[in-house]
Amino acid sequence: MPANDPLRNVLYVDLATGASQVRDRTDLFAARLGGAGVAARLLHEECPAGCDPFAPENPVVLAVGPLTGLFPLASKTVAMFKSPLTGNLGESHAGGRSAVAIRMAGYGAIVLRGASPAPVYLSVDGGEVRLKDARSLWGLDDSATAGRIIRENERGAGLRTIMRIGTAGERRIRYAGVTTESYRHFGRLGLGAVFGSKNLKAIAVGGRRELPVADIAAYRALYEEVHRAAVDSPAMKKYHDLGTPENVRPLNALGGLPVRNLQAGTIEHADRITGEAFAESYLGRRLACAHCPVGCVHIAALREPHPAEPYFYKTSMIGYDYELIYAFGAMLGVTDPAGVLRLIEEAERTGLDVMSAGVVLAWATEAFGSGLLSAEHTKGLDLAFGDWQTYLKALELIDRQPNQFYRDLGQGVAHASSVYGGREYALHCGGNEMPGYHTGPAAHLGFLLGARHSHLDNAGYGIDQKALADGTAPDPAAVVDKLMAEEQWRQVLSSLVVCFFARGIYSKELVVRALAAAGFDLDAARLDALGREIYRDKFAFKFREGFKVSELALADRVHRTPAPGGPVDKEFIAKALRRFEQRIAES
Amino acid sequence: MQLDVVDIDRCVGCQVCMFACTRRQNIAGLSKSCIHVRSLGGMERGFTVITCRACPDPPCARTCPTGALKVRPDGGVLLDAGKCDGCGACRAACLIGAVFWDDAANRPNICIHCGYCATHCPHGVLELVKGPEAAHAGQ
Repeated sequence: MPANDPLRNVLYVDLATGASQVRDRTDLFAARLGGAGVAARLLHEECPAGCDPFAPENPVVLAVGPLTGLFPLASKTVAMFKSPLTGNLGESHAGGRSAVAIRMAGYGAIVLRGASPAPVYLSVDGGEVRLKDARSLWGLDDSATAGRIIRENERGAGLRTIMRIGTAGERRIRYAGVTTESYRHFGRLGLGAVFGSKNLKAIAVGGRRELPVADIAAYRALYEEVHRAAVDSPAMKKYHDLGTPENVRPLNALGGLPVRNLQAGTIEHADRITGEAFAESYLGRRLACAHCPVGCVHIAALREPHPAEPYFYKTSMIGYDYELIYAFGAMLGVTDPAGVLRLIEEAERTGLDVMSAGVVLAWATEAFGSGLLSAEHTKGLDLAFGDWQTYLKALELIDRQPNQFYRDLGQGVAHASSVYGGREYALHCGGNEMPGYHTGPAAHLGFLLGARHSHLDNAGYGIDQKALADGTAPDPAAVVDKLMAEEQWRQVLSSLVVCFFARGIYSKELVVRALAAAGFDLDAARLDALGREIYRDKFAFKFREGFKVSELALADRVHRTPAPGGPVDKEFIAKALRRFEQRIAES
Repeated sequence: MQLDVVDIDRCVGCQVCMFACTRRQNIAGLSKSCIHVRSLGGMERGFTVITCRACPDPPCARTCPTGALKVRPDGGVLLDAGKCDGCGACRAACLIGAVFWDDAANRPNICIHCGYCATHCPHGVLELVKGPEAAHAGQ
């Protein structure tokens, strides 16, 4: 890497004292590029074995990559921490302006250590690093208000990121996320709760600088190539036009959309919650992450009459995506699009992860219906699929934690079902609530075996679809091998912090050339090796923290509700797990 | 020819124009950008693109004490960096906020209306248009 590249700077902040220092970590970035690769190493360095996720010793690492600020679509920030939801590796990615802002402030990574004695927010304005008093922001009803107040108190509009938590994070709900730029999220796995445990309300980072390139003419020529590819690509057009909700229609038609706690794979009136339906009736604005020409972020405008005053309306701008429509729509049996939007808005207000919250409520609905739970548990709420008004109240209670039941719900579906029963339909993998794909064994395996339990790190859905299209019976070992190979390559992309939507553009060959322009000399074989090394780094952490292949299992419900290609066979999964155990031991 | 914001409603806030501007000056990053995109107080409200609107009688040039800014016949101003002493009067004079600052060089970043940003705008927000009368304050 170039000697003067600010990427090498890692900012260490001690939240207990406000002291900060910048260290030259060329060693890390030269060995692991950035993003997931560097964050995994920093997590190994900082996080003591067996540490309580809410202990001050649990660090938060934020890392960006060498292509950030140089090329389009390298716009993700990778967060790593020990997850309070799973008690294991926590990794979450978000875009917005976060990555460009961290890079333009002059850093490759930020490490947060310790915990503040009182609520604070961290302000990083280029080289100026300060902890600021956030006591007046703690407990604010709407997390967006905290964002607005910080926005008005900090410099650099347009050149900064503001990451903040809501009351769910403050109260350490184990699937609380961190919101950045109002509509992007470090979701899944509870980064927001870790912020809360540190009394950290928000982080504002910004700056404006130049970045070194080896050969400016070559860089500019390559930039044009990447830019054209992004602007002309049909995949990118898809993400711009309807966005990820485009998937609702085909997944429902296929029978792979988890419905009513995965009691079915299709839902009646699905046409009301498709990407097309949301776009036609509600789409109010599109947004892009910084330095991404696509603009895939879809914001709905929901206009509702005020309950008390005639001719008085409230218009809310609410972000929606496929996974949100799955979790608060199909999974809860809600096909009123306004209801789905209201539920999303409520989760945004408090900072809950929508996917986890949806799966938790879907389990609770079934458990309530089958008599495992009573109105005493739910504080009088009659949970029923499709009744979004009641779910709205339930979301509020998950945030407020008024009794033991809601405190249990706040710890995730694995915990709640271990207390109240209904484990056979508690839909999680290793403690993380399932994503919206019931396409076949590969989708579930990908999620189960993934280095960060993310549907985005694996190609499971694609493998299932291809098997269906070809009419071939998949082989468990071959599926595992494919999943591992794909995930290892995605470690490279997430170390470059390239958005996975752009994985078709950032081919291995292009990555080699883009890295050369950024002053990194790696060939394709080295990139492959690096993918394997980063994958190993992550699993080393997971095994250290108690991950066991022998303990992996899918909820019985996954096997019972047929996927598009038929039921997900237990024996198939068992064979796949054996293959994985053998392969991971070899690596 | 002048740079104009022709369709602000289509702006998604990607800031590709800002990166294009610095890159055209053979630098990577944002340090030299003469165009700025920010939200209108929260992403939900949309964006504003701040560019030089090529005022017919530009206050930035008028106020410059060293004569470093010259009015272009086509609209906008040109910076003679050799004459500039970095006093910042031009920046203070521009109500639009279109005189940006290069902190490292301590010089203003002045738009030359080359249209390079417009050729990179993926959503038809920016265009290079003819003559001073065609441009309007589309911000």
